[in-house]
Parts: sequence; structure tokens; C-alpha cells
Amino acid sequence: MELELRGITKRFGPLVANDGISLSVAPGQVHALLGENGAGKTTLMNVLFGLTRPDQGAIHIDGKAASFRSPKDAIAAGIGMVHQHFMLVPVFTVAENVTLGIEQAGPAGLLDRRKTRAEVRELSHRYGLDVDPDALIEDLPVGIQQRVEIVKALVRQANVLILDEPTAVLTPAETEELFRIIRQLRDGGTSIIFISHKLKEVQAIADTITVLRRGKVVGQRQPPATEDDLASLMVGRDVQLRVSKEPAEPGDVVLDVAGLTVASEHGLPVNGLSFQVRAGEILGIAGVQGNGQTELCEALMGLRPAAAGAVTLNGRDLTRASPRARLRAGVAYVPEDRREDGLVGTFSVAENLILDTYNRPPFASGVNLQLPAIRANATALIDEFDVRTGSPATPAGTLSGGNQQKVILAREVGREHKVLIASQPTRGLDVGSIEFVHRRIVEQRDHGVAVVIVSSELDEIYALADRIAVMYEGRITGFRDPDVPAAELGRLMAGGADGGHALEFGPLPEMDDSAAPDSAAPDSATTAAAPETTEAPETTEAPEGPADTDATDSQEES
Amino acid sequence: MTTPPPATEPAATPPPEAEPDGQPGSHRSFGDIIRLAIQENTVTITVLALVTATVLGGLLTAFTNSAVLTAWGHFFSAPGNAVGSAWDAAFGTYWALFEGSVFNPHTVAALFQQASFSAAIHDGFLSAVFNPLSETAVQATPLILTGLAVALPYRAGLFNIGGQSQFIGGAIMAAWLGYAYNMPFFVHVVVCCVGAFVGGAALGWLAGEIKARTGAHEVIVTIMLNYVMLYFLAYLLSSHSLMEAPGGSNAITLPITSNAHLPLLAGTHLRINAGFLIALVAALAVWWLLNRTTTGFEFRSIGANTRASRVAGMNVERNWTLVMTISGGLAGLAAASVILGTDFTLNPQSYGTYGIDAITVALLGLGRPGGVVAAGLLFGALHAGSPGMQVSTGTPVQIVQVIQALIVLLVAAPPLIRAMYRLRAARAGGVSTTMSKGWNS
Amino acid sequence: MTTPASAERLPVLLPPGPRAGDAAARFGGRFAAPITYAVFGLLNILVFGLHAHGDATLSFTPEFAKVSVPNLTLAAAATCYVCGVVSIALAVVRLLDVLGTIHLGRVWRRVIVGVVLFLFIIALLAWADGGQTIPFNIVNLLSGTLSDSIPIMLGALTGVICSTSGVINIAIEGQLLLGAFCAAIATSATGSLWLGLLCGALAGSLVGILLALFAIAYRVDQIVLGVVLNTLVLGLTGYLYNALLTGTYSNTLNNPNTFNQLKIPLLGDIPIIGPVLFDGTVFLYITYIVLAGVQIGLTRTRWGLRTRAVGEHPVAADTVGIRVLAYRYRNVIIAGLIAGIGGAYFTIGSVGSFGPDMTSGEGYIALAAMIFGRYTPFGAIGAALLFGFTTQLQSVLSSINVPIQSNLLLLAPYVVTIVVVAGLVGKVRGPRAEGVPFIKS
Repeated sequence: MELELRGITKRFGPLVANDGISLSVAPGQVHALLGENGAGKTTLMNVLFGLTRPDQGAIHIDGKAASFRSPKDAIAAGIGMVHQHFMLVPVFTVAENVTLGIEQAGPAGLLDRRKTRAEVRELSHRYGLDVDPDALIEDLPVGIQQRVEIVKALVRQANVLILDEPTAVLTPAETEELFRIIRQLRDGGTSIIFISHKLKEVQAIADTITVLRRGKVVGQRQPPATEDDLASLMVGRDVQLRVSKEPAEPGDVVLDVAGLTVASEHGLPVNGLSFQVRAGEILGIAGVQGNGQTELCEALMGLRPAAAGAVTLNGRDLTRASPRARLRAGVAYVPEDRREDGLVGTFSVAENLILDTYNRPPFASGVNLQLPAIRANATALIDEFDVRTGSPATPAGTLSGGNQQKVILAREVGREHKVLIASQPTRGLDVGSIEFVHRRIVEQRDHGVAVVIVSSELDEIYALADRIAVMYEGRITGFRDPDVPAAELGRLMAGGADGGHALEFGPLPEMDDSAAPDSAAPDSATTAAAPETTEAPETTEAPEGPADTDATDSQEES
Repeated sequence: MTTPPPATEPAATPPPEAEPDGQPGSHRSFGDIIRLAIQENTVTITVLALVTATVLGGLLTAFTNSAVLTAWGHFFSAPGNAVGSAWDAAFGTYWALFEGSVFNPHTVAALFQQASFSAAIHDGFLSAVFNPLSETAVQATPLILTGLAVALPYRAGLFNIGGQSQFIGGAIMAAWLGYAYNMPFFVHVVVCCVGAFVGGAALGWLAGEIKARTGAHEVIVTIMLNYVMLYFLAYLLSSHSLMEAPGGSNAITLPITSNAHLPLLAGTHLRINAGFLIALVAALAVWWLLNRTTTGFEFRSIGANTRASRVAGMNVERNWTLVMTISGGLAGLAAASVILGTDFTLNPQSYGTYGIDAITVALLGLGRPGGVVAAGLLFGALHAGSPGMQVSTGTPVQIVQVIQALIVLLVAAPPLIRAMYRLRAARAGGVSTTMSKGWNS
Repeated sequence: MTTPASAERLPVLLPPGPRAGDAAARFGGRFAAPITYAVFGLLNILVFGLHAHGDATLSFTPEFAKVSVPNLTLAAAATCYVCGVVSIALAVVRLLDVLGTIHLGRVWRRVIVGVVLFLFIIALLAWADGGQTIPFNIVNLLSGTLSDSIPIMLGALTGVICSTSGVINIAIEGQLLLGAFCAAIATSATGSLWLGLLCGALAGSLVGILLALFAIAYRVDQIVLGVVLNTLVLGLTGYLYNALLTGTYSNTLNNPNTFNQLKIPLLGDIPIIGPVLFDGTVFLYITYIVLAGVQIGLTRTRWGLRTRAVGEHPVAADTVGIRVLAYRYRNVIIAGLIAGIGGAYFTIGSVGSFGPDMTSGEGYIALAAMIFGRYTPFGAIGAALLFGFTTQLQSVLSSINVPIQSNLLLLAPYVVTIVVVAGLVGKVRGPRAEGVPFIKS
């Protein structure tokens, strides 16, 4: 099926999300859509999938114009989409999710479960997807959930499959698996539209790359395009994506986490985790989302009780302390979910800036709030952190993501603190904001603060960390220096054993499309990650040695 | 282990421009507030909602009136008569309400018919002129207090429908302290009021604590408590050994001793008493609490975003309990104002409809203490005028409850009013639709 | 430093509840269950056992039964002691389970709860009837329970459908009340019971339309909305009752006949359970049909799958082409029919004429039953029966002159509800998108 987008324009108020975008996808092709956060990729796909109507422009399928009023029309036309946030009902089984909306039903609407199960199994075998129709979604690991999404699209006979940032939640090994599936589908005649902001992946999988920037197509390339070329297209200017950093001068141990264990209804998301952070040092905790990072941060802040272990700050035991006590003791926290956990959306910027200090002088004397002090504080911080807002009285929920993060950062670092814990600090931010946040974090380090960054973006870890810890299934699988090759980190992130020292690798052999990585194939639908291997599996972080990592990473920060 | 990470910012959400708002961080002047309210159609919508509800209420009154129904039976032969009788019934009802709550011209006439001015005053003719307003204040007092008891927790994210149980708790204390003890004048009243606050606060505390400790939803718990206290009160008043006045089989307590009566404010012919002042002071206190104290900051923060409040170190559960306790105390004060201000005794129906009315008052007042006072006065006027209305026009008093509910329903759905009257939607950025989050998100 | 009015308007966002694994300590923690069982056991021994005397006779035969089951005579005190001891033993078993010494599956835990409650009731009956000459008729107790529970069961099923679709329906009380009202009038005016039933159903559906409209189209806070609708219905029915149903029209409009008992041949003659399950009004049989329909519908049909999807993850349902809002509208309105029928039971199913506020909170109890039943049809029914039982118990106990004041018995069901919702239930999570308006992006 020939798919063509002609001149698609979509506006949201004054913002032009898509501006006259045209591209075409040939059958049996992997077409990558590359762009940084906010470039308009998701909007474009929402148009293609019928979730939004374009203001101008048209979609042509096999030469004929098509108009989609809803996903139903798009699906009928043979377009399937795997969203970034899975459209799966957690309490349903795989079969129920796959069949939702196109149920096999007898008279009176009674469901025919056997037929559905058979259908799921058939498709699953055909494409090597291996999903169990009766498994509950909420029990499945993310990688398998993604496959269910793919089965959903295939069941509806998709000729074009849109994958929106599919690797955000996968380990390097799972990513490799996904690429295998993509290639298999492509060879079978399905077209794939692969949306990503990750240069290396796009280079590894795509047949054609279209680069979007600020809603426009700024270029099209075929691999092997150079990374510099792609990066500059994506970003449009020479951005110093790597914060210039003096070497760290760590002092004494400030934060000591020993054997921390956190329990939940699903098991032990944090399981005997230990690390130490010194003053003036940034510890980067790398790992794929879902390995306990969220629970770790919550436990460090006292939002979740620790089942075992100890958290000590400058010798003071905080293991049983309340969140407030920890904040008072000098912990600053930038949470992962800034809207839900970091800000009160309906409160003004000024009020958010004192969200954890409102009951202390100078903002309060006794029980009375001191409004002039609050106002003055707001004005000063807004200025210092360049928060773009109409006034300190504006509700914080109306600010852009970058500005919201600035508010949170201003609040947290604006007061006395000894430890800064930042979880996914630049998720969803544009380049300018990312730069700003990184700079501030390094600044804190240079002032002697012990900094812990939890991030699933390896680029961010490489950019900031003085020391790297890799987290997998609730434990640290290894500590490394920042010159460690990405392949090694990938191995640790997938559960590989810690050899005790950094593996020394030279550049790995060039990745070959036809070579299927046999060592990393997970065969059960229920295991969380690749089985431990004794050799390094090929990863999607393109094969390169330590030296390359630095150079290319600096361009890939987006 | 299996949930995908939260969203990156999709390009689709544009950051709306922050609305310019006078100087950064400055207080907004009264004029600014009015201007903004009208621009955002808040006031317009409220007024239109009131008008619509009035019209609907009028229709209801008219078409359940037997005279009107008979007239409409002969619509085609005498259409003017039919319409006229409908109008008369509706207008008559509202006019009677007005006369009972604000001003009755007949009283002025009666005043000037008196022989001498001093005799007139002495016999209460001057007071009669102000009686409607006095009655409005009297009826408004418990409504304002119970309205505050709903509004305050609402700002903290809790829906307190237990006003009735808290009212009863306060009433029991007020009545018991009032008839069982003898104390000097000022002291007795104060003790009874404090006791009423404590009694109501105890019930509020109970609901809050249950929610804090078990997560049980406060709507169910408070409604159940309402019924529990209702029957408990009946029990206390029917068992001879407890609170029932001896020497009779009436389920009623002994009368409150006169030292415990709330002092009258405008002479003996008018019922307006210090309770009204208590209500106004309470509204002021709640305003101060919400907007000028750290506790109020916590309440509002928790009400707006519980998770972020926890992360910021606030103790959510303790605040829930605290806000429910204070709120219960306010409802208890409402009971004091009724028992010690007008009724002077306690019977199984003393709680009236305050529990339910409080919700409509709080909603109409948009959860703000000032609004609650205004709404309380409005609904108080309706309550004040309705007995007279029922006497003179035969319209049952429940029409007031219907109108109240209609007003709130219409105010709570601005898009409906807008659609009805084809108002322009408020500028982008102004929040006009209300979003709900349910009870287990 | 005031925030703009638009940012803090009521109704404000209701807060998300406590996160799983939060700091909120559960009341008593994990030991709540064994402690509760032990308490029941002690009650059996100390309260019932010590005060029981003589023999209690339990009879199992209704009048006019074809097959007569012999009475069961128990030594009252001994029975109470035995029940108490067994309850305490079960408490110990549960304690071992909590401590980890043994492991009980979920099914066994629920069985234990049931057994403890059952023993408590046996002890209660033994004490109540101990030394009395009149045997305690269990069949009457059970069939009375079943019929008393009908409005709660139907209301709870209504709640299940609405909640599963993602809409919180607090207005069940209003649906019941309006259903009762309309059914009474329709049957009275036309003489037809079936027409009355239909009108009752439609009345419930009408409230459902209002609920759906305001909740889905105007996205009003659903909990507030439900309470306001209940207020509206209460006021409206009270008003119309006073305006139309007293006086001249009371004979023509408020004097309906009622449905007769209908015994199913053969099944109705089975000893003990026959008269209970198969001899009732048509309402009972309607309840069976609705229960089966909802249970099968939700778990095995396309409609059920889509409904559950709409309530759990409406965005996902939307992307596969399900029209989320249409589904919600439809389900809420159809569920309203069920509640309306439940309401009709109050009048044309039992006492006949309508009285103000005759539902007295059973709609809210239905909500609690739904939550207690973990949002499943069978669970809701079970919970409803439990509440109906406590109500029935009150009337039966007072008829055999048990020395507990009637008001205290009347408040028992409400206390039970609180205890159940707060203590025994555990954290019940409803459909994830319950109460959250769906906005198509």
C-alpha cells in the first residue's frame, strides 16, 4: 500500500504543530520519523491515525484521497498504531485486548473466546511474537505488552504500522528483539513508520529517515547518513549538548543507602540496593524504566516505607523519617512526574515555589503566612531561573513543561540542601530547557551538593554523571566510570553479571541487518528481560568504542 | 515493573498564555475582580442560573395549583384567564416569599396607623417592618455555618455530607449544657457554644479519622453517620432516663435556661440574635484560615493535588482529620445558633434540612466563605419567606428545596446556561467546566 | 498573592485517593480481621450467652406450607457459648494466617468471615428467643430479608452497571424515590400495576438521563451531582406530595393497589428455601433476572467487554473505535430503569401509598453494598442481603419484645455499613476511570 501525506497542517491555537508536512511511505519499507520532543511527530501520527483532523492537507492511499474521521476509518484503511502509552486495558487478558472492538461474538453478543484465542496464537506464531492469549496485561512485562499492541494492529490487517517511540521502555536486548520483528514484518510487505528521537536506533533500523523540526520537514536521508548531519537537522543549530563540566572533586560521603528493600504487591521492586554519594559528585543511576527506580526515589523520600535497609544522610539515620523530616534534613527532590508529584497545578507559581517551605520563616511566622516575603521570593526566583510566566500569580499548571521544571528546580535548589535527587529531570523537555536543567545540576555539584540522577536516557547519564550505577530489578548490577562503553552499560541494564571491573571492548563489528542475534532471544512471554549471557549481545547502541561514545553522545542529546 | 513511563510532552498541548493580571503578584482590586468575573461570565452565569431556576420554580408552582389547573382546563375558551392565573400563582408565590424575607409594605402601613410613635415602637410595629429581614438573618445563620462546614473540607478535597450528624452532635451538647446546668449569664452562653462546637467536632473527627485510617470514602461514612445520629437522637429523646423532659411523653428536652440564650440584637420583638454575628465571624475566620495561614495552605494544596502535597512533606491524613474536625465544629455552632438562639429546646426534628441545604449553599457559594455568606443569605431568605408563602398562597414549603437544587444544578453546569442563553464562552485559559476525578483515582 | 478566581472555582478537583502503599496506616493494620472475629466471639459469650436463658425454638415452616419441617430447639445459653468459642477459634486460625504460620487462600478467608457472621446471628437469635414461648420463624426472617433487600439489590446492580461504565451514580437514592413516587401515582390513577411498574422504571431512567447529561456532557463533578439530584428529587417529591397527594387527590392519586405474592409451583414447595426464594412478588423474580442478566452480560458478552473497557481505559476503547460517551449514556439510562423498578417496590410492591422520603437512605446503602461487593454483581447482592438482614432483624426483634430500644435497632444497619466499609472490606479498587470524564482529544 502506497501511503502519502500531502501538505498536512495542524494548529492548536497559535501553535503550529504540523506545517505543510509531506512524505510518502512505500510498501515494505521502514520509514523513520526523527525529531526532538515537540517537533510534531506525535501530532502527525495522530492525524494519520484519525485521532485528529488536519486543518489543511490530505492523506492519499494508493493514489486516492482518504479522510479519517476516527481511528476506525484509519484502521479500516489498513493503518495500525502502537502508541507510546499502550492502549491496553490492564485488567483484561491479551485476547480480550486484542479483540476489543472487533469481537468475535455469537447471537446475543456472547463472546466466542476460543476463536479469539486461536487467532491470537496464530498471528503470534507467524511473526514470532509469542504472546499468551490468557495472560493478564498487568502481569506482563512492558516488552511483551508492546507485542500485544502489535498483534492488535496485525489482527486488524494493518498494512502500515506506526510505532511511536517504541524503544522508550525496552532494554537494549528487547530493542533488538523488536527490530527483528520489524524486519520480519517489513519483509512480509508491511510498511513501518518508526517514530523516535534516538539517532542511533533510527540509523540501525530505517530504510528512509525524515527529519522533523518545529513542525516542518527539514530533510530526508537514507542511511548511512552521518550522525552529525542528522543531529544538526534535528536541532537546527550548533547546540552544545554536552554541558561543560569540570572534573568532580568529591568530598565526604553524604548519602549512604545500604541494603534498601521496598515491598509492593508485585514483589520487591527494590531489593537490597546499596550505594553512596559524596559531596560534589553526581551519581547517575541508569536503567530501563520499570526496574524499581520510581520505588527507589519514593523510598528515599519517605513516600514509601522501607522494608529493610538504611538511608543515612551525613550520619543521620533517615530510614524511618517522614518526608518532611527528610526535606528539612537537607534533601532536595525533583520528582519524575512533575505535574502529578512536583507541582500543584492550580496554585500560583509563587505558591508552588514555597510548597515545601511555606511553614517556615520568612514565609510564615507561626501559623500566619507572610505574603510580602512569599511574593519577593517568587519574583527573585523567577528572575534567577528565567521562568517564562506572566506573573507570579499565574497557575503553575499553565506553564510549559520546561518552565514547570524550572519552577520545581528553583524551589528545590533555592533552599539549603545537601543532597539533590532528580528523577528523569529532562523527560519531555525541549533542548533549551534540557541544557538549562543540566547546567543547574552541575552547578549544584560544584557547590558541594551530592547529586543523584535517575535517568533512563543513557545520553543524559553520560552527560552528567561522575559515576554511573546501573539498576536492574531492584538492585545495582554494577558501578562504572563515565567512560564505560554503552554496550557494557546495556549489558548491565539487562541483568548481566558484574565482572567487577569495566569490560574493555574495542569497537564491535558493524551491525548487519541480516544477522539475527541468537543469544538474546527471550523465548518466554513472561520473563522480564533477556537471559543472562556470558557474551555481550549486540545492542542497538551502535557498536563503538569508548572514545566514540563521547563524541557521538554529545550530538545525540536531544 | 510493567507500566510504561509517563508521557513526553506531546506537541499537541500548547502552553496557553498566562493571563495578564495587573502587576505581578499584586493584590487584585475590587474593580479588577468584578471586571474579571463579568469577563469570564461567572457573575452572568450565576445570575442567569438564578433567573432560570426562578422561572422553573414559578412554572412548578403555577401548574400544581388547582385553580390554575382548572383555568387551563378551559384554555381554549379563556386563554387570557389561563395565562393570567398561572402568572398570578407564580408571582403570588414569589411575592409572598419576598414579603416574608425582605419587606412587607403592609407593615409600614400598619406602623403609620398607630397613635403615637413611641407606642408603636413599644408594641412592636416598628420591629414588624424589619421582621422579614430579621427572619432572613435568623434562617441564614445556620445555613451559613453549615455551608461553611461543607465548603471548608471541599477546598481540602473532601465532601462532607455529614453536616446533619455533626449538627446533631452539637445540638445534643448545647441542649444538655443548656438545661442541665446553671451558670452566670455570659459564661453559660459561651460554655454552651463551646460545647456545641466540641460535640459537632467529635462527629467530624470521627468521619475524618475513619477516612484517614482506612481510606473509606467520606461520602458513605458521613451519610451513614447522619442516619446513626438521627436515630441516636430519637433514642435519647424517647428514653425517659436520658434527655427527655420528665412529666410528659413528648420527645423533647427541658427548655434551655435563659442564661444560655443567645442575646437578641434588635429588641425583643425581633428574633435576630448573636448567632448571626457568630456566623459572620465564623465566615471571616474560615477565610483567614484558608488564605492567610499555613494550615489553610495545606488544606488547599491537598485539595488540589494530594500527591504533590505528600511529596512536599505535608501530612495528608492528619489534615483530613483536622479539616473534618473543624468542619464538624462549625456545624455544631450552627446547632448552637438554633438551639440557643431560636428554639431553646431540642426535639428529634431539630436538625431540619440543614445538612442538605448546606451542600447547596456551599456549592452556590463556590466554596468561598464570602460566597457562602451570600448564598446563605439568599437561601435564608427563601426559608424565611416560605412559611408565610404557604399560608397565603397554599404553595407547600418544599418548593424552596426544589428551587435551591435547581439553582445549584444550573450553576454547576455553566455550559448548559451558556447553551441556553447563547453566551460567548469565556476566553481560553479561563476554567469554566468543572472536572471531576472520582473517588479512587 | 491571590490566585485568579478561575483557578479555584468550585467544584474543585477532587483529590486522587491515597496511593497504594502509602503511609496511611490501616486501622489496626493486618490484625483487624482476627481481632474482629474475636470480638464477635466475646460478644456471643458475654452479651448473649450470659443473658440467655431457657430454650430457643427456631421454626422453619411458614403457614400453609405443604411440607412441614420440624422446629429446632436449642438451649439458648449453651448455643451462645458454643458460637462464641467457635468464633474465637476461628479468630485464632485467622491470626495464624496473618502471622504466616499457616496460609489461607482468599476463598477460605471469606468463608471464615461468613461463618463468624452466621454464628453471631445464631447466638443473637438464641438469646432473643430464649425463654420465649413463640418460636422464631426463620423462614419469615429470610423471606422478609429478601424482600426488604430488593430495592437495595436493584439499586446496587444499577450502581454496578454505572460504575463499570465509568460513571459514579450517587443518585440511586433519587432514582428509587422518584420511581416509588411515579409508580404510586400511575397505578393509583389508572388502576394498572404493570403501568405503574413501567412508570417507575421510566422515572428512574429520567434521573439517569439527568445524571448522564450533567456528568458526561457538562462534566460536572459526579459525586456532587448525585447529591444534588437526590436533593432535587427529594424536594420535588415532597413538594408534589404536599401539593397534590394530600387532601382532595389523595384517594385518586396516592392509593394504589399492590402486587400480590406469586408462588412458583413446585419450586415454591421445597422445604425451607422454597418459601424464601420462590414465593414473592414479581419484584423478586425481576431481581433474579436482572442479576443473571448483569452477571452474564458483564462477563461474557460483547456489551460487557466494551462496558468494562470504557470504565477502565476509555482512551484505549476510543482508539479501537468504541464510542465511549455513547456507551456511557446508554448504560446509565438503562441502569436507571433498574433503579426505578427498585423504587417502585417501595410503593406498589409493599405499602402502597407514597410518603415523603420513604426511601430513607437505602439508595446510599445500595452504594455501600456495591463497594462492599467489590463492584461485582454477586458481591453487591450479597452485601445488599446483609444490610437487608439487619433491617429485617430490627423489625423481627421488636416484634418479640426484645429489650432493645427500637431506635437503637434502627440504627444498626447504618453502623454495620460503616464498620463494613471502613474495617472489613479492605482496599477495594473500582474501575480505574470511574468518575473521570472522558474527553476526546
